[in-house]
Amino acid sequence: MVDPSIVAASALHGLATGAVYALVALGLSLVYGVLHIVNFAHGSLLMLALYGVYFLHERLGLDPYLALPVLLPVAGLAGYALHRWVIAPAGGARDENVLLVTLGLALVLENLALVAFRSDTRTIETAYSFSMVALGPALLPLPKLVALLGSLVATLVLWAIVQKTDLGRAIRAVAREREAARLVGIDTRHAFALAFAIGTASSAVAACLLLPSYYVSPQVGHGFVLIAFTIVVLGGMGSFWGAFWGGLLIGVVESLGGLFLGESLGQIGIFAIFIAVLLFRPTGLLGRPL
Amino acid sequence: MNPAQGERAALVFLVLAAPLPWLVDSGTLVHFGIMVFQAATLGQAWNILGGMGGQFSFGHAAFFGAGAYTTAILQLRFGVDAWSGFFAAILAGAVVALVIGLASFRFGLRGSYFALVTLAFAEVLRILANTLEITGAGVGLLLPLAPGLERLQFADRRGYYLLALFLCAASLLVARAVAGSRLGARLVAVRENEEAASALGVDPFAVKMRAILLSGAMAASVGAFYVQYFLYLDPHIAFGPQVSVEALLGPIVGGPGTVAGPLAGAFLLQLLGEASRALAGGATGANLVVYGIVLILIVRFLPGGLAGLARARAERAGAGS
Amino acid sequence: MTTGDRSVREGWRRRALLATAASGAGLLAAPAVLRAQPAAVKIGLLHPVTGFLAFSGQQCREGALLAIESINATGGIRALGGAKLEPVLGDAQSKPEIGAAEVEKMNESGVAAIVGAYSSAISLATTQSAARYGIPHIVDVGVSDQIVGRGLTNTFRFCPGYGVITEIAIANLVALNEAAGKPARSVMIVHEESLFGTGTAQLLQKELPTRGFEVLEVVKHANPTRDFTNIVLKMKSLDPDLVIPANYYNEYVLLARTMRQQGVRPKGIYSVLGGAASSFKFVAEFPDDAAYIMDCNHWYDPRKPAALELRRKVEAKGLYYTYEVFLAHEAVRLLADALERAGSANRERIVEALATSDWDGHFLPYGPTRFVNGQNQGARPLNTQVLGRNIEVIFPREFATAQPVFPMPRA
Repeated sequence: MVDPSIVAASALHGLATGAVYALVALGLSLVYGVLHIVNFAHGSLLMLALYGVYFLHERLGLDPYLALPVLLPVAGLAGYALHRWVIAPAGGARDENVLLVTLGLALVLENLALVAFRSDTRTIETAYSFSMVALGPALLPLPKLVALLGSLVATLVLWAIVQKTDLGRAIRAVAREREAARLVGIDTRHAFALAFAIGTASSAVAACLLLPSYYVSPQVGHGFVLIAFTIVVLGGMGSFWGAFWGGLLIGVVESLGGLFLGESLGQIGIFAIFIAVLLFRPTGLLGRPL
Repeated sequence: MNPAQGERAALVFLVLAAPLPWLVDSGTLVHFGIMVFQAATLGQAWNILGGMGGQFSFGHAAFFGAGAYTTAILQLRFGVDAWSGFFAAILAGAVVALVIGLASFRFGLRGSYFALVTLAFAEVLRILANTLEITGAGVGLLLPLAPGLERLQFADRRGYYLLALFLCAASLLVARAVAGSRLGARLVAVRENEEAASALGVDPFAVKMRAILLSGAMAASVGAFYVQYFLYLDPHIAFGPQVSVEALLGPIVGGPGTVAGPLAGAFLLQLLGEASRALAGGATGANLVVYGIVLILIVRFLPGGLAGLARARAERAGAGS
Repeated sequence: MTTGDRSVREGWRRRALLATAASGAGLLAAPAVLRAQPAAVKIGLLHPVTGFLAFSGQQCREGALLAIESINATGGIRALGGAKLEPVLGDAQSKPEIGAAEVEKMNESGVAAIVGAYSSAISLATTQSAARYGIPHIVDVGVSDQIVGRGLTNTFRFCPGYGVITEIAIANLVALNEAAGKPARSVMIVHEESLFGTGTAQLLQKELPTRGFEVLEVVKHANPTRDFTNIVLKMKSLDPDLVIPANYYNEYVLLARTMRQQGVRPKGIYSVLGGAASSFKFVAEFPDDAAYIMDCNHWYDPRKPAALELRRKVEAKGLYYTYEVFLAHEAVRLLADALERAGSANRERIVEALATSDWDGHFLPYGPTRFVNGQNQGARPLNTQVLGRNIEVIFPREFATAQPVFPMPRA
């Protein structure tokens, strides 16, 4: 009894949501691919970026999309510093320690936000918050369309950085052969921190694209970090395009699952697909063999 | 302190802790003890699979929740007594472990892949518990308050203290037995190098399956205990990610793979939780900021956990003598 | 269990006292002449001020602290020679087991009573723990009906539970609909997945068909739900006369905004315990989305000046006057009244005083208090509607400050 036009609209919305998921997951995937660490603080960093966008809008009247040039370098620097001077020294070489550090970091950031900004949910209203764009039978809010296109552009830029620049080459070299990279004169600590910085910066982009149609509160990162993990594994750990397609897929599955199974049970679709992919293609959709 | 000394110290600690509530009349102390023993048992469950076997799970909530819901449902919906419910819960934990183990180990999942697939299983169970009629969906399940040994409820909280202590001691002894057995040696071999272990004739699949069954059953007993103590259960309490995090936090801080590590870690973390609350006073959230910072500092300066510290001291003492 | 080795107890008590003193010092100006003052009465304020319930927990704490402040400023507890109330703050961190641990500490710091704990799951744990020590526990919010009536004689709930709220919500909806010439026949329910939303929706789903409504669809959603498009698209195709949401603030706001984006405008939005529908924050930030939304929720008696006075005070502090604030505020005043009646800070005497209390000095629309099995019998919600950027009471008549606008005008 579900109207086909609703299915189309729902899928389109899922695609737009999925594009933002993909962007958040790309940051996580890059960090995983290069550093082999599961970064639990990723959601908290997204949360801080969302607050950044919010306060730039509220205090300086800066449009959320125009906040990007301000926020991007700040997020990058913060990410760099965080890895170089907190995560790397504390985490050492042991994976489980890195995990603890990022868990601790998430706890610290989230509760600092609670102390500093209180627990109020904050939203912004822009002139275009309620502008709608008709795409075929579906009405898509303008901020969602911008999020979809913006995520695509950001993904391409990120890909170009990783593939085409010296910086990207250095990061990839470190990711593949840590020791060899050091022997040829690459500062590995610098390269690792740079990878973390790029991961954090991509969360900042996601924050700018997200806030016009979403909200921010100290807890907001939780909802994204679990999904982002799922996408990273689904796409194949560390696989760039895997995370991208995984994000889109999860967005659509979540939306259609919600439509057919109900919004609560529908979430099960995400994890069902996730488990199935892992069992039958353990390296993820686009991952290299184990 | 070598591992054997650590184990003995842990057991002595438990024996000394047993009469404490009768010597010191403090509800805070009793509750603190219960929380430590509960976290230590859950941590020990994780430790057998994650610490000894190197199979990191992010989804121990799946076992904890399965145990909790099993006994609650049996008591409420089927009139089963609490004791049978408790044992059924342990069995349920093993069954869930069987399913997760078969699904993931059969397909050779390891490392982060295994971690995240366990997380996904816990999430699936959370969503199911949130939807199904029998689990009370989002409304949750409330056991009637009726103290009595036959209902495994104690009017005197020290009863819970002893039960938790017993579970903790049992988990410690099981872990000790595992560590000293061929299973323990094979687990370590699989953790260090699965291919090499395999070449030496160890069947990694069988070894990992045994570990996860034991681990799941043990974690489920903690879930069943939780229900008896708090009498209320909802999907978030049972299967929420915070349970999985609690399960791995203690052993990693205490020293993963060591028998005494989970208890030491649980004790330290609970103490840290209390201290940070006292330190931060009334400022909202400041206590958790302190907790997080100290956690990072612990990892920074005690990279091998408390066990690592103990080892380092022993080595220094050894070098000095 | 309560009598024991004093010297050992003392150590724990002193530690707890120090913590209390540190946390309370900033909040209460300590009286200069301590010797002339009767001993302060310690009141445990236990709320989830961190974790995912932080917002509501903090609002509760603010309300309770404001009540203590004003009681102390106006002479304290007269029956105890003007004794001041001293708050002992507790944070349940949004977890039942931490809530239970806080009760233990409050017991050892010698609180006379506890007010808390906002969430139903936490309240179930804290009332049970407090019962072991006979500590009177006033539940300020917690809508689950399981909290009261499970034989805990220390537990008192001033506000209504969701059973009563839903019952009254349905009765009032029928009355509103009839008065407007029965414009609404079909209904869509949108609710959150935890205890309060699910419980409320189950009752609605059962009762509404017997009152002449057709329930077209019941949609349950997760917390958080990131996107409400599906639900709104379904709404669009089903075209219900009435939409009934029962969810928390964030989801409510997203739902209302998505409805506006997609141009869905039913004849009425009638929420039951709507997270945002009767929130001044929502009305101030999204006046267009909030306009004409009706709610059946905890509310104050708008005719009582004290209620409006408190609103001014809360807003002067830069906070929103939400139901958490005034319910916790009045819960503390209920306790203060019980202290007056008991003439003692003894826990048993306070429990007795609460059980037989007939206090009518509050500003909630409940009438004099009367507790049966711990539940205040007169407790009830009011129906409100967002009209002209304010929240007006539209039902029942005796409390109404405005006429209902139903069906809502099609812009």
